[in-house]
Amino acid sequence: MCTYNTEKIEISGSGKGAGGWFGLSQATVYFDHPVHAMAEHTLNIDFLNPAKGPSARVAVELTAESARALAAAIEAALASVPAALAS
Amino acid sequence: MSEALTARTVHIAGHGGDEIEAYLAVPDDSPGPRGSVVVIHHMPGYDSSTKEIVRKFAANGYAALMPNLYHRDAPGASPDDAAAAARAKGGVPDEQLVGDVGAAADYLRGLDGSNGKVGVIGYCSGGRQSFLAACSLPLDAAVDCYGAFIVNPRPEGMPLKAEPIVGLAKDLGCPLLGLFGADDKFPAPEETAELSRVLDEFGKSHEFHTYEGAGHAFFNVDRVAYRPEAAIDGWQKIWDFYGRYLAS
Repeated sequence: MCTYNTEKIEISGSGKGAGGWFGLSQATVYFDHPVHAMAEHTLNIDFLNPAKGPSARVAVELTAESARALAAAIEAALASVPAALAS
Repeated sequence: MSEALTARTVHIAGHGGDEIEAYLAVPDDSPGPRGSVVVIHHMPGYDSSTKEIVRKFAANGYAALMPNLYHRDAPGASPDDAAAAARAKGGVPDEQLVGDVGAAADYLRGLDGSNGKVGVIGYCSGGRQSFLAACSLPLDAAVDCYGAFIVNPRPEGMPLKAEPIVGLAKDLGCPLLGLFGADDKFPAPEETAELSRVLDEFGKSHEFHTYEGAGHAFFNVDRVAYRPEAAIDGWQKIWDFYGRYLAS
């Protein structure tokens, strides 16, 4: 039961879950015990659409190192795009 | 004992009369009278690994029932999605937990072959909830597996809405077995030692064991937290404890 601070943000986009594609409205980011990853704790991200119910969820569980690499990769990918396209 | 058993999903009227699903396992070769156990699942929910624990109790001669504490939040959803939804809401309210465990205990007492004695066991968040149930309901034996926030408040920012409930210790109505990991931070050994001190103060029967080299969730066989030595010894402690208090 090592549930630490949860970051919750509003997002816009789409995700593909068990039932196919759906629109996303929210993401939660937290460090906690994973459900599936073989680590004591992971950085977990849930991409959600609460209006569509609990199953409208795309989940990832990343080691802390992987999560930092992902965050850097996202920033790098966005930085390489002309500002007018990624505003 | 042949370890033959029957397991299935049933529906019970939980807190407030809400119909919730529950997982039932009953020994085939123990017509009774026999004791029963309410299993409180961990924070990741009503999942396969906890259903396996329910079956383990039946294989060892107990009828066991695990209510799905997240059923209201996510009926029909997979356990991990339901757990995420429940987590986002701050977990299960204490009053609702007591109602659901009480309903599960009543269901077990009503089964053919019941000797009327019902124990409770909970893991992770369920450890705290097992203590809560044992202080709130007529039960015969309680097991707390690494439940935190009984004594200490949760750290700031933690979304779980569990408040300390050590103030209920005076109402503990049955013997309590506590199984903890020395490396656990929630609960850390200092917190469980304080709970033991308070229970001593009120003259409440309890025995606590803290395993070196084990942390949180050491019973969980499909996680890296699994510690076989602690888990095997812990299970033996559980069989001894329930054998004393739930036997006919």
